[in-house]
Amino acid sequence: MRGSPIAACALGLLLAGIARALGPGDVAPDFALMDFNGKPMRLADYRGKLVLLNFWASWCGPCLEEMPRLSALQRSYGPLGLQVIGVSMDDEAAPAKQLLAKRPVNYPVALGDDKLGERFGGILGLPQSFLIDRHGLILARYKGEADLSKIEATIKSQLTVPRH
Amino acid sequence: MSTRTSAVGALLSILAILVGAAGPVLADHKPAASIPTAALVQPADFAATLNASAASKPLILQVGFRKAYLQAHVPGSEYVGAASDEDGVKVLRERVAKLHKDSAIVIYCGCCPWSKCPNIAAAYDTLQQLGFRNVKVIYIADDFGTNWVDQGFPTAKGS
Repeated sequence: MRGSPIAACALGLLLAGIARALGPGDVAPDFALMDFNGKPMRLADYRGKLVLLNFWASWCGPCLEEMPRLSALQRSYGPLGLQVIGVSMDDEAAPAKQLLAKRPVNYPVALGDDKLGERFGGILGLPQSFLIDRHGLILARYKGEADLSKIEATIKSQLTVPRH
Repeated sequence: MSTRTSAVGALLSILAILVGAAGPVLADHKPAASIPTAALVQPADFAATLNASAASKPLILQVGFRKAYLQAHVPGSEYVGAASDEDGVKVLRERVAKLHKDSAIVIYCGCCPWSKCPNIAAAYDTLQQLGFRNVKVIYIADDFGTNWVDQGFPTAKGS
């Protein structure tokens, strides 16, 4: 009896200790970091809000292209319940902080590490974002150059869902 | 004269501010598309060679970011660092310094979509400038997760 390629792939990753990719319906792993302004940043503290978690790096061109638009989303939908969170995957905080000094954003940003990446199923390419609902469940995962218009449409639809 | 000088100075100041605000933060990088097609190897094709005998194995170098390497990398590959960075190029040069110019070297990145990768062409060019004649580049169209790990190709983790 032959197993499916997906099952074989999953088994291979399991044997190698590689994280399983997280996607819609999975619980977003909680984490606690200190943001670049010295404030604690814990994902669970944003329960009740729609969270757009964005992994990026200072050397990543597509990341820098989308960050002003992420700020625009925060500006437009923050009052309605959206919270954008940035996690830099730079080796160190310094280049990310330098970048943000030149191109500030209006949402909290912290430095992530490989362990955090693994918990989110592997952050093996940038940019990468997760849309997380008010209960902490992943609604969508966006890899690479995401269509921000589609993300915005999803955000809009989520923010009009009655809260319960 | 002084009025004209101050006016020109003010104009230059405004121009400098505008250029500073709008100019690229990242240094321009050579696009991955500059790498000759003949030097590219598809992930599936390269993955199939990983079980070859040790004697014929190439030196495999990851020229992307460390946090991705720690999470997942091609088994047997070494981390040299982002070749878009001077430090990364320095490590790359040092790593291959004692190798014969005919040595088989395979480089890969996968940090970003191929067309936006700041590292891979820089690493390839460095090896070309050093005279290496047997350099192959794994063509990772989207990112290492999508085009390697998710495909079920052999993967290792850790430093």
